[in-house]
Amino acid sequence: MALPDPDETHVGAAEVTLAQGEMPMAQTWTKMKRSWELYAIVLLPVLYLIIFKYIPMFGVTIAFKDYSVVKGIWGSPWAGFKHFESLFQSPNFPLLIRNTLGISFYSLIAGFPVPILLALALNEVRSGFFKRSVQMITYAPHFISTVVMVSMIILMLSPHVGIVERLLTFAGLPTTDFMGEPKLFKSIYVWSGVWQEMGYASIIYIAALSGVDPALYEAARMDGASRLKKIVHIDLPSLIPITVILLILNLGSIMGVGFEKIYLMQNPLNVSASEVIATYVYKVGLLGANFSFSAAVGLFNSVINLIFLLVVNAIVRRLSDNSLW
Amino acid sequence: MPRAQKIKEPLGDRLLLALIYVLLSVVTLSVLYPLLYILSSSLSSPKAVVSGQVWLLPVEVSLRAYKSIFHSSQLMLGYYNSLVYAVVGTLINVAFTVAMAFPLSQKGMPGRKWILILMMVTMFFDGGLIPTYLLVKQLHMLDTRWALWLPGAFSVFQVIVARTFFQTSIPTELQEAAQIDGCRDSRYLIGIVLPLSKPIIAVMTLMYAVGHWNAYFDALIYLRSEELFPLQYVLRNMLILNAADPEMLANTAQQLRDQGFEQVLKYAMIVVACIPVLIIYPFVQKHFVKGVMIGSLKG
Repeated sequence: MALPDPDETHVGAAEVTLAQGEMPMAQTWTKMKRSWELYAIVLLPVLYLIIFKYIPMFGVTIAFKDYSVVKGIWGSPWAGFKHFESLFQSPNFPLLIRNTLGISFYSLIAGFPVPILLALALNEVRSGFFKRSVQMITYAPHFISTVVMVSMIILMLSPHVGIVERLLTFAGLPTTDFMGEPKLFKSIYVWSGVWQEMGYASIIYIAALSGVDPALYEAARMDGASRLKKIVHIDLPSLIPITVILLILNLGSIMGVGFEKIYLMQNPLNVSASEVIATYVYKVGLLGANFSFSAAVGLFNSVINLIFLLVVNAIVRRLSDNSLW
Repeated sequence: MPRAQKIKEPLGDRLLLALIYVLLSVVTLSVLYPLLYILSSSLSSPKAVVSGQVWLLPVEVSLRAYKSIFHSSQLMLGYYNSLVYAVVGTLINVAFTVAMAFPLSQKGMPGRKWILILMMVTMFFDGGLIPTYLLVKQLHMLDTRWALWLPGAFSVFQVIVARTFFQTSIPTELQEAAQIDGCRDSRYLIGIVLPLSKPIIAVMTLMYAVGHWNAYFDALIYLRSEELFPLQYVLRNMLILNAADPEMLANTAQQLRDQGFEQVLKYAMIVVACIPVLIIYPFVQKHFVKGVMIGSLKG
């Protein structure tokens, strides 16, 4: 990453020409003195970043150590790649990877297009009571907490008294113990997520659609384009830039499936389908106090994520003009 | 002369539009139905809920479950704790976000690029759960309220939104005029920028507050003492781990409990947990939308 020289970037173009005779260092110094209040304001947040974000980043070295509580992070002896080796050799490893990637890709494939379709549909509807109601109701579940969301899922899917079983029986379909069935876990997780987030996620696409030049629609009408043609040839292309960026970001966090919801949905019956890297890190690390091994698992996860992000971004940059950087 | 006729849309277009209306209605109803069902169940009698008589509207309306909830000191304490976490936490969040975003929006500050990079890096690299936990432990913040306030003092996303707003929505002429009049940076922030930024600060406050209210993860890893547990954590124990508060059932006849009173209680707890957010939601919905849009400008 080429970083611009900070001194240059802040000096306005006009000032550069004026200040050519002066020492640039001295000029920066006066500017810094003049901005002392800004530095005072930003001091606490910067300290926060250093303490709570950067120190843990270096604390990740415990993944390469045999951490002992007594000796602390710095005093513990080095262990090399021992913890990574035992992760790769662990019988749980293939399962963890399969579940993590499986849930992520399923979420992405099912969850990504729905908000776009919702936005396209809403864009066709004239503003008014109907549109406002649809928006208000579909955005609402976003604000439901994970705990409440999972409780709702469990209550509704519970055997005998849950509404889903009653509805299925009413329709003459077979039922089962939904939360105890490993095969169903991914679907329940993903589609409840779609239910909760589709409305809120559509906002960004609706905003992009509202920025489309009306002249395009008028021209399309003059040429006799049908509504469907208009959607396909004007609306969809206008969503491509934001879609690509969101897709890159989503792929960049493909290994970071939400711990919070999965952990709450987990039970002894479905654990073979619901154990993902994040829940494993929590259980082994915090509940089992196996800090070093667990940090190694977490680090492995972050590295894969970062590689994914970089690769996807590079591919997209090759193929189109839209990329993160 | 023939009268000007209203141009009729072609049949295909009208069919498509009709289809769109139907689909949107189906989607909206499928979002609405579970919410209504939970509300109705919480207001129905246990017998009606367990025997499956509740489909849409409450059957044999009773407020019994809600009364029991107010008898549970665990839940009430959780409610109180959540309020404390949300209020103090949000104050810290907003103060830190403004203190980060404002200097980053000032072009005349040397080194601002470096601070920006320092912040952006944390979006892609992250120490992870274990190192952060060990840090909080070393700072002796385990099992204190600080553990829920400080480790997430601001979100990078909100700082970017606020910075974009400061840069684009506040005329630079104002700052020039203020500087000519000898106005210091801090005075300019408090006297001019903040009053002009009310909408964005409102959005930020709401997003942070909802985040605090809905969070349970930090409590799960950092807190041990029951008197510190926030509502979501208490709910998790009661709803998902099925550890009901005995106080809640104390005044309930055994017969009622046999009928599935605890089931109704769960529905009622869900409603009670959502009330604060649901009350403010209709008023702030527009602002949330605005927050997402300003954030997306930066993309």
